[in-house]
Amino acid sequence: MDKALGDKIPEFNKKKSGGGDGVGLSGASLGLGDHRTKFEILIIILVAVVIIGGSEFLLKWFGVPQYVLPTPSQIVTALFTEWKFIWPHLLVTLYELLVGFAIGASIGFVLAAVITQFPFVEKIVTPYILLLVTTPMLALVPLLILKLGFGSEPRIIAVALASGPMVMINSATGFRRVDLAKIALARSFGASTFQIFTKIRIPMAMPMIIVGLMVGSIFGLLTTVGAEMVGGAEGLGNRLTYYSALIRMPQFFAVILILAIIGISIYVLFYWIGKKWASWEA
Amino acid sequence: MMDATHMRKAAGASDKRSTKMLVERATKYYQTRTGSVHALDNVSLEVRDGEFLCILGPSGCGKSTLLWSMGGLHDLTDGEIRLGPEKITKPHPEIAMIFQDANLLPWRNLAANIALPFELKRKPVDQERIDALLKRVDLWGFESKFPRELSGGMQQRASIVRSLSVNPSLLLMDEPFGALDAFTRDEMNLLIQEIWMETGKTIVFVTHSISEAIFLADRVAVMSARPGRIARIFDIDIPRPRPVDIQTRPDFIERVLHIKASIDHGRKPHVGLAIT
Ligand SMILES: Nc1ncnc2c1ncn2[C@@H]1O[C@H](COP(=O)(O)OP(=O)(O)O)[C@@H](O)[C@H]1O
Ligand SMILES: [Mg+2]
Repeated sequence: MDKALGDKIPEFNKKKSGGGDGVGLSGASLGLGDHRTKFEILIIILVAVVIIGGSEFLLKWFGVPQYVLPTPSQIVTALFTEWKFIWPHLLVTLYELLVGFAIGASIGFVLAAVITQFPFVEKIVTPYILLLVTTPMLALVPLLILKLGFGSEPRIIAVALASGPMVMINSATGFRRVDLAKIALARSFGASTFQIFTKIRIPMAMPMIIVGLMVGSIFGLLTTVGAEMVGGAEGLGNRLTYYSALIRMPQFFAVILILAIIGISIYVLFYWIGKKWASWEA
Repeated sequence: MMDATHMRKAAGASDKRSTKMLVERATKYYQTRTGSVHALDNVSLEVRDGEFLCILGPSGCGKSTLLWSMGGLHDLTDGEIRLGPEKITKPHPEIAMIFQDANLLPWRNLAANIALPFELKRKPVDQERIDALLKRVDLWGFESKFPRELSGGMQQRASIVRSLSVNPSLLLMDEPFGALDAFTRDEMNLLIQEIWMETGKTIVFVTHSISEAIFLADRVAVMSARPGRIARIFDIDIPRPRPVDIQTRPDFIERVLHIKASIDHGRKPHVGLAIT
């Protein structure tokens, strides 16, 4: 017998129970907003052109020195000329982010799935997870470096610690939204507890899981870059401190441009995943 | 198929049939924080093979508790339920439930929703049977639609297809049309009568509507509340197929009033009637 169903006869035509206290973006803000018309997209592009062109023009017009603020064209030029020196660092950052996120997200997901099955355990554990969510894991990096050296390990751990709890707390919100009617339905067709988990609970929780993955990976990116700035000689974060120390501002902004592109790619990736796997809830 | 229909009509509603399911002295207490609720008290009920049995009663009288126990979804505190020689303690492949509101999975399209029972039973999908059923309930061509794109009536028709797709011999329906508007409800009642006549399945149908019960049933088991008991059983020998407008005929209304009176009997006169 599935524990959640027990003796209960679900109340139909009522909204599913639980949920609502996840940290992070709400399900609705997962999207890139409502559908945009061609006209609106045109305006968005136009604004970008005005900002980029305008700053290019103004910086040149007022003769702002490169070391104060480089022009967009200088930044893009630096990106191309410096690329051969930057891309190994990009790989390091991506590696740390991916490995740290994969570890953190898997642990967070499994923990959420297991813990929500035991309300008592969940009540005990949740405050600690919240503590992990709210404490900036960057603070641990100096300590981790002290213990583990200047390699990738301390940063991977920091990323896992930053993204895991985010994934966990949002997934748990998803898993808590039990719909007893759906569970009863599956059971009436002879579903096992495991089948109920894979065919009902996970799909039901999917929108919140995806939100957790999105927020978690963005948190992971922040932590990766921050941890690289704290210590070590590799990664895009390290390049930021490096270029700013040498006052090589076009290169500095080129790195920021790369980080922005990574961040947006993560967002777009999860937006599409959400569209594919969680659009039923919209 | 038609042979079964004719045989059924020839046999008549009150004909003696073998027992499909037997509920014996079913008693159920729910344990709650504020004490225990006595939901079923010594309920004994015979479901005959191939009959259309309606369980009628006001909200909260224990209809769902009884039906869900018959489906093996709940445990009883005392008594037992048997399907033939088998004791029902968990869901049984011969039994399918149909729930109030269609209870389709919103993340699956119609085809995937209907395939769910096969997936859960790890059996190949019987597409031929499903297609025939979809055509029968006028859902052919809607397989790629998602539940939110369908009307309430269409959703409930899909859930009927889902239940029938695995060919159960006993259908348990818990106020399946309670959330539908009156017109759709009439349509659905006609449809379920036709399906019952064509397939020869045994149907136990829970409702709180007296006229729905009389329209559909061979027998109406009226339940009384607190604790839930079977108060009386009425034979409904109206010939089939029964058209919808039968409900406005004097003899039909006569039956409604008769059952209503039997429910009112024993109540304090000023207590309003929860049944419509
Ligand atoms: N899980 C439960 N815990 C406690 N009481 C319950 C539970 N389920 C139903 N009941 C109570 O049992 C009685 C019968 O409920 P139910 O079988 O749902 O009635 P019906 O389907 O006729 O409306 C009601 O008084 C209801 O409040
Ligand atoms: Mg009920």
